Amino acid sequence: MPVDGKKPALLAVLAAFAALFALPLYVMVATSLKGPDEILGGGIFAWPHGLDFSAWARAWGTACIGVSCEGLAPYFANSLRLVLPAVVGSTMIGAVNGYVFALWRFRGSETLFRLFLLGAFVPLPVVVLPMARLLGELELVQTVSGLVLVHLVYGIAFTTLFFRNFFVTVPQDLARAAALDGAGFFALFFRVLLPLALPTVMVTLIWQFTAIWNDFLFGAVFSAGAGQPVTVALNNLVNTSTGVKDHAADMAAALIVGLPPLVVYALAGKRFMQGMMDGAVKA
Amino acid sequence: MGRLSRLLPKLALAPSAAAVLVCVYGFSLWTAGISLTPSTLLPRYEWNGLTAHAALWANPRWLTAVENLAVFAALFVVLALAAGVVLAVLLDQKPPGLAFFRTLFLYPMALSLIVTGVAWKWILNPQLGLERSFALWGLDVHVDWLTRPDRVVYAIVLAAVWQSAGFVMALFFAGLRSLPLEVRHAARLDGASAFAVYRRVLLPQLWPVLFSSVIVLAHNAAKTFDLVVAMTSGGPGYSSELPATFLFVYSFQRNQLAVGAASACALFAACALTVLPYLKAQARQEGAHAR
Repeated sequence: MPVDGKKPALLAVLAAFAALFALPLYVMVATSLKGPDEILGGGIFAWPHGLDFSAWARAWGTACIGVSCEGLAPYFANSLRLVLPAVVGSTMIGAVNGYVFALWRFRGSETLFRLFLLGAFVPLPVVVLPMARLLGELELVQTVSGLVLVHLVYGIAFTTLFFRNFFVTVPQDLARAAALDGAGFFALFFRVLLPLALPTVMVTLIWQFTAIWNDFLFGAVFSAGAGQPVTVALNNLVNTSTGVKDHAADMAAALIVGLPPLVVYALAGKRFMQGMMDGAVKA
Repeated sequence: MGRLSRLLPKLALAPSAAAVLVCVYGFSLWTAGISLTPSTLLPRYEWNGLTAHAALWANPRWLTAVENLAVFAALFVVLALAAGVVLAVLLDQKPPGLAFFRTLFLYPMALSLIVTGVAWKWILNPQLGLERSFALWGLDVHVDWLTRPDRVVYAIVLAAVWQSAGFVMALFFAGLRSLPLEVRHAARLDGASAFAVYRRVLLPQLWPVLFSSVIVLAHNAAKTFDLVVAMTSGGPGYSSELPATFLFVYSFQRNQLAVGAASACALFAACALTVLPYLKAQARQEGAHAR
């Protein structure tokens, strides 16, 4: 419904909103490139006079988090080690589950699917207490494997939903024809349905990557010290540093943590958006 | 079909079903059970009635958390909705650079709430942040929300709205685009102003979009944890405590398992309350299909 003849006004309003949305990112980048004198002496919106990248080096390699002064780098590596198996694993689990729920229905399968979905609404802070005890029993406390397991379990609802909703749109005739050709449960899945579901695979990978990389609650509860993911390390860096506050390094650290999901978003914004909408609308 | 091939689908589903039943439903029940015991550092499986619940609801820190949640959730949902709808309507005008604007409004959604919290904490820094910039511009405006117990919740609302407005925008933009063109043209021919067309004709048809936006936003509000930890750690004092941060502190730092579990029950109930309308709508829909 275009509002005729009001293009300049419209653009002005949009530009104002755009500035508001871009502002925090701009302030983070500008601050990360300033020296301490510039931070203490000027406003936060001022662009730095000279570009000083030393804060990035400090944030990455030498800033103190707790007792160790190795910067974010080791925690960044922790997050990578955690995210890869958790994302790939939960996507595979979702694909198989969605496939069964859509094409191999059995008595009670719809009810079970409802239970999966409803489970997604249980607030995660409620389950961390007993989960911590279960990980203790399994001797997985404060290990990467333990954290991966937790993400796999609590990713089930969404990944299953994504794939189930895609697979129900696949014509039943197609599956039936393949079954008549003698394709069994796994052959049908791997040869016919999974290749069709590639876009859903992408959406799920992106959704899970963003969710797990950005997770803080599980990381804070189920990991400690040198094993923590990068979001927890960032919070510790910013909120517990002693001595003179290094604002430039704080901002560089925040940008380092934000960069991987931002890069994914820049490259695959459409799929990111699709995942978000599928999760919200069809849930 | 052989027996095995009939079993295979169920076998493939079994690990996930077990995980969901135990780790979601079982754990929720366990937490509810623990809230009825005298557990402190470790679980003690003894009956203690509603003592922990009573202690919880007499705890001023918890009452502050609940009060904060009410203010936070109301402001967050309303402001994120308002901003998101305005942005969607603006983008619906097909401005030049539409794709750019849409990408820009949504990027905060990709960020960790810890990153968002760190950024806004710096912007709202009472010495060096916005306050300083306003002073340099000769404006006598104070941005001291983070240090004021009576204002600190607004700081968290601000960061949360910045993060989520794009989400609402995306939902409503897609909704507007899905409306049939005839509706728009017919309304236009009546000579109604563009504003009236949106208000009276187009937006009211997006009732289901509003419905799911409110549920998702309210649900996220109830669970809010990361933002508070990053921006205020619940302070000053415990003035920006929310239920999820209270739960964390009492369960893991203060070793009062039963009280932590009681707060988890309350949080669970709050989230259930936000989902109830959705479940009702779904049941109604299914009833309609069955008929």
